[in-house]
Amino acid sequence: MAHSAVARKSMTIGEGGSTLAFVALAFLSVFVAANAYTPEYAFHAYLFAAASAAAAFKIVARYYDRANELPPLTVGGKPNYNMGPVKLATIAALFWGIAGFAVGLWAALELAFPVLNFDLPWFSFGRIRPLHTSAVIFAFGGNVLIATSFYVVQRTCRARLAGDIAPWFVVLGYNFFIVIAGTGYLLGITQSKEYAEPEWYADLWLTVVWIVYFLVYLGTIMRREEPHIYVANWFYLAFILTIAVLHLGNNAAIPVSLFSPKSYIVWAGVQDAMVQWWYGHNAVGFFLTAGFLGIMYYFIPKRAERPIYSYRLSIVHFWSLIFLYIWAGPHHLHFTALPDWAQTLGMTFSVMLWMPSWGGMINGMMTLSGAWDKLRTDPVLRMLVVSVAFYGMATFEGPLMSVKAVNSLSHYTDWTIGHVHSGALGWVGYVSFGAIYCLMPWLWNRERLYSLKLVNWHFWISTIGIVLYISAMWVSGILQGLMWRAYTKLGFLEYSFIETVEAMHPFYVIRAIGGALFLAGALIMVFNLWRTVYPAVEPAGRTALAPAE
Amino acid sequence: MSLWTRHAIFEKNSIILVIGVLIVIAIGGLVEITPLFYLKSTIEKVDGVRPYTPLELAGRNIYVREGCYNCHSQMVRPLRDEVERYGHYSLAAESMYDRPFQWGSKRTGPDLARVGGKYSDDWHRDHLNSPKSVVPGTVMPAYPWLAQTDLDFEHIATDLKVQAALGVPYTPEMIEQAQADVRTQAMVGAPEAADLAKRYPRAQSRDYDGNPARISEADAVIAYLQVLGTLVDFKLYNDKANIR
Repeated sequence: MAHSAVARKSMTIGEGGSTLAFVALAFLSVFVAANAYTPEYAFHAYLFAAASAAAAFKIVARYYDRANELPPLTVGGKPNYNMGPVKLATIAALFWGIAGFAVGLWAALELAFPVLNFDLPWFSFGRIRPLHTSAVIFAFGGNVLIATSFYVVQRTCRARLAGDIAPWFVVLGYNFFIVIAGTGYLLGITQSKEYAEPEWYADLWLTVVWIVYFLVYLGTIMRREEPHIYVANWFYLAFILTIAVLHLGNNAAIPVSLFSPKSYIVWAGVQDAMVQWWYGHNAVGFFLTAGFLGIMYYFIPKRAERPIYSYRLSIVHFWSLIFLYIWAGPHHLHFTALPDWAQTLGMTFSVMLWMPSWGGMINGMMTLSGAWDKLRTDPVLRMLVVSVAFYGMATFEGPLMSVKAVNSLSHYTDWTIGHVHSGALGWVGYVSFGAIYCLMPWLWNRERLYSLKLVNWHFWISTIGIVLYISAMWVSGILQGLMWRAYTKLGFLEYSFIETVEAMHPFYVIRAIGGALFLAGALIMVFNLWRTVYPAVEPAGRTALAPAE
Repeated sequence: MSLWTRHAIFEKNSIILVIGVLIVIAIGGLVEITPLFYLKSTIEKVDGVRPYTPLELAGRNIYVREGCYNCHSQMVRPLRDEVERYGHYSLAAESMYDRPFQWGSKRTGPDLARVGGKYSDDWHRDHLNSPKSVVPGTVMPAYPWLAQTDLDFEHIATDLKVQAALGVPYTPEMIEQAQADVRTQAMVGAPEAADLAKRYPRAQSRDYDGNPARISEADAVIAYLQVLGTLVDFKLYNDKANIR
């Protein structure tokens, strides 16, 4: 970098402040590590120390390397988009996706063949299963959401991402949270609150990252050149805001000590249960639905080259979805010690939720009006549209299962697991894959994907995987539910518990095969994307292309 | 028509959009959660329910650490087959000192809300060590390290202190005696056992893991499992007093 003798170079407040903050955090972490109650916690403290030191060093090095002025907001009258963090989050999503699917397969195999627990603490199902759920929901899904939201907000606002270090901090800080959370589970550091397993210090870190995420997002919207905020951004914004509220409410805990990884939650018993499923169901509603609906509202119109089917429908969809979702939590607590009225409210709102869900589905599907022929020729668009179809299926099954009479059978069984996966694999997975297939060529300035044929293979292999998975879980769930409540003619319970467990074996094997197919499809995708970015043979004249930024 | 154009205020104003979202998402949670801190059925006190002894609490923390909730629920629903299989349906009061609650959402294994006293300590020890040795068809992982690891209870008093600050009725005496109470409860015939039972009614002191030489993690886990669901005497409990 040339250092001009005239222009003055000075550190921004962001650079100076974050360097100081990271140095302070590094020292604090070393102090905590030295006094930690457990070696596992000391390990995490050292990770914090190393990461903070590296961050401080990197910020200073970046300062010396950079030009005197920060990158301009516009170049030649056009927005100077900041796509670096988007690229990094996309790659992180692919990495965690493969890792999360693989761990899921392992967990599935553990249930079919318990010998795979290896009698070792780090690999036992109780620690592996949260690793799987967090890896796919928060690591894969979260990175997809960060990548797409940072892309979409810039393009639809025609503005450069707010902040200089902040967007990088969001991506790197979020992935550091994932590392802390995941290694924590394997080492036995967990709150054992479903989908909120990370302990207090990881939660605090995530809170900081999330606030910065919100500020970057909002700051970019405020810079917009367009008078209207595009509908995808409403959904992303509602996702970021609501997740912040839920995260704070459900993780309100007091650590035993600064030197202990252990904390106790301020809520207890029935109140904790209600807060947990207020959080848990809305992690589904806002993380896995609202956020990914943001993807739907940008990528499907873009790929189909058609406008959104109905703008009014999207307004109704948005407000009714976010209002109704928040009530649905108690359907996870039917027939428990939660008061009846709360259960009934949860059920009622879950059934009502069917309407906005299908309103959104219709809005996404009908966007293809006049472009249906593209489904034949464009497997990426097919993936996006099938994701919306799975969304419709899962959001029909959900209200059904929230009805108390159905829930008395389905609850505690694999039916729930199957339901979650028809949403997770079909909706969240496919809409993410579709978005990534669009995004990677755009970000790396490639004309097209390496192979549409491979996208086709990905689509069909994983679709067969999903079908095997969810049908195996329907059968095993309903079978086990019926076996639990079966009576003999003499009025005794017909089956002991272990007999119902043994009956699950063939379905657990089929489920694992389904999961393996889904993983195989994702590996095909990664290969395809790798070849897209790094073609085996460089086409003539391609080498000179500048990176997107 | 006018309503649709009025919506533009949200579309053109990011702060108003943020405030609108916050208001809309706040309503459901407030309506469903706030009353739970006032209603009789959710805050009733039931005779017999007491805070966990330090050993039981340490065992519970290991239960939490290992993620047992992934496969075991602790919530018997008031359905005919469940009550016959597991026992009286669970009361809110029975988990009033559970931080976090461990009701669970999946029964890959059976419900554990009333597992206390159903099996012997020896059975639990063998089962944790090698589940297949007592239940051949099981898919439960083995937990052999529990019996081989000394229980870390150096800081157990701090755990009680934090819980006390959150409203669990641990007295200063209980906190002071916490470490000693762990030793007392994991031992056969300690002279302090009577004091322990006075502080924590129905607390049982014995060598849970069958190895008097050490206080292992298995001691704590088994002590916890053996107290689950045993504190309320359902011969005396009046279930009409509190219909839910």
